[in-house]
Amino acid sequence: MNRINQKLKEDKTLLSIYFSAGYPSLNDTVSIIENLEKSGVDMIEIGLPFSDPLADGPTIQASSTEALKNGMTTNVLFDQLKDIRKTVSIPLIVMGYFNPMLQYGVEAFCKKCQDIGIDGLIIPDLPVDVYNDQYKAIFETYGLINVFLITPQTSVERINFIDSISNGFIYMVSSASVTGSSSGFGDEQTAYFKRIANMKLKNPQIVGFGISNNETFTQATQYAKGAIIGSAFIKHLSNQGVNAITNFVKSIID
Amino acid sequence: MSYNINDKGYYGEFGGAYIPEMLYPNVEELRQNYLKIMAEPSFKEEFDQLLKDYVGRPSPLYFAKRLSEKHNTRIYLKREDLNHTGAHKVNNTIGQILMAQRLGKSRIIAETGAGQHGVATATVCALMGMECIVYMGEIDIARQAPNVARMKMLGAQVRPALSGSRTLKDATNEAIRDWINNPVDTHYIIGSVVGPHPYPDMVARFQAIVSKEIQWQLKEKEGTSKPDYVVACVGGGSNAAGAFYHYLDDTDVKLIAVEAAGKGVHSGESAATSALGREGIIHGSKTLLMQTNDGQITEPYSISAGLDYPGVGPMHAHLYASGRAEFISITDDEAMVAGLELSKLEGIIPAIESSHAFAVLDQKTFKADDIVVINLSGRGDKDLQNYIDYFKL
Ligand SMILES: Cc1ncc(COP(=O)(O)O)c(C=O)c1O
Repeated sequence: MNRINQKLKEDKTLLSIYFSAGYPSLNDTVSIIENLEKSGVDMIEIGLPFSDPLADGPTIQASSTEALKNGMTTNVLFDQLKDIRKTVSIPLIVMGYFNPMLQYGVEAFCKKCQDIGIDGLIIPDLPVDVYNDQYKAIFETYGLINVFLITPQTSVERINFIDSISNGFIYMVSSASVTGSSSGFGDEQTAYFKRIANMKLKNPQIVGFGISNNETFTQATQYAKGAIIGSAFIKHLSNQGVNAITNFVKSIID
Repeated sequence: MSYNINDKGYYGEFGGAYIPEMLYPNVEELRQNYLKIMAEPSFKEEFDQLLKDYVGRPSPLYFAKRLSEKHNTRIYLKREDLNHTGAHKVNNTIGQILMAQRLGKSRIIAETGAGQHGVATATVCALMGMECIVYMGEIDIARQAPNVARMKMLGAQVRPALSGSRTLKDATNEAIRDWINNPVDTHYIIGSVVGPHPYPDMVARFQAIVSKEIQWQLKEKEGTSKPDYVVACVGGGSNAAGAFYHYLDDTDVKLIAVEAAGKGVHSGESAATSALGREGIIHGSKTLLMQTNDGQITEPYSISAGLDYPGVGPMHAHLYASGRAEFISITDDEAMVAGLELSKLEGIIPAIESSHAFAVLDQKTFKADDIVVINLSGRGDKDLQNYIDYFKL
């Protein structure tokens, strides 16, 4: 069974962490992943940096730009990860924009992910229908779970369609925004979290965007299986460095 | 074979809507409604009226006698430079502001490179009393100062794009992020035939007035609605899309798309997408774009801010891949010389973008009896400082 599905079965609230590979330094990738696992994180999203990350706010934009300057490429990332399954056992997801995958070759990319032991992909700008028509079979051949986003504006009909073609979890974007806005969650978000929970979808939901501390993590996971933190973790990395990862994780889940 | 869009939103293999889910409701709302709205009699009436009384259409089709003598062929200029606000961009912004009103939107965002589209957007927002925010690369803000001032006078807020190359591509990213953050009340007026479907098609339809007029104007002057050649510069490709539109499937009419080679196609400082680009995804569209082997979008260069874009719209990617249009790239120097020649021979100072189209006259030999229509997409007022610096005027 795919590690993501196994993890989702566990009777606990899941914390997933996103970071941009190649930041703060090119070769921090493995040590960040190992430290996150040791600190008790349940799942990791490894960001493959892109020059034009449309769905991201200033923090992730800046870390992606920096990572590219540091020399990160698709091949470098795959090379860094080649022995990752010798030391890390939690689910690993690669999150990136579609163009670098298209240039690598979608099938070659998926095969490489399987070889390394990547469990899933999140590709914000690969639309559901294009995936379903053209790429679903390839992803399945290589045992990869593709994770789709929904937002407060996504229609019920579309959520049901996304649920029907998903086989892991649904990435629930907390509000209408790019990543990194963190003004906390109000009644509107709580109502949305509840509304989705009441749909009783076949796939569990994990909330992302705008989660930055224990308070927002708790709010987000009241109705969902887990939550994803990106920008707040990257800020912590910039300020405190790779060695202080445990402090960050403790501040969220303790 | 048709060179126009198919019902799935593709030109051949190019186009589509590769957008994050956050944009889906907005883009889908537009996709479901744009053709219906454009077909409404009240929409057509208001659009035509504004193009006539406010923009000053039809724009003349002018036989350029001295330029024709110099190049020993028959050259007509489609005078989009005479439109209100000085370029073809306003054809699209008039259409889109009417579209935004009918979709019930109250806030307008746009990106701009040269500032022409920003000015054209700020203009229609002033006209309709709508809030207007224009994203513009920090570098472009510096090199197109008069247009920044015009936007401000027109009541728009100009927000600098500080990421990446700080030019048109990055301004477009910022506008898209704004739209993600404001999904309900905001309409995004894209300035060229780029972006996710239905934008390339919608913008092409609003610009199609250009070739529609060329058809009847040429018929009046030459007894035929078909020129031998239509020539237009391509940044994203909207003025070219407009000039080509009604000739797309009429292969008697040869189409020439002119890209900016900057300091030379292989100099590393160029914006010649067809020569340097590969298929990929930029701003929600599968098209040709300049990128690294690794799929990172590269930073283009052209002396002309309006051509300084690392992609082309999907229609043009298809015209290139299918061979329907000939693509020629023109360097900064060639364009500047052509701009000066047009000024001296015809008393018309072109936008540097348009100067690229005129430089084709030195690159290619036309027959003496060929009818060559060149789309004069904009006037040179905004570029005066560039001309002054270049020619030490
Ligand atoms: C006068 C003029 N011509 C051409 C262009 C290039 O745009 P497009 O290729 O969409 O016509 C611009 C863009 O700013 C412009 O201002």
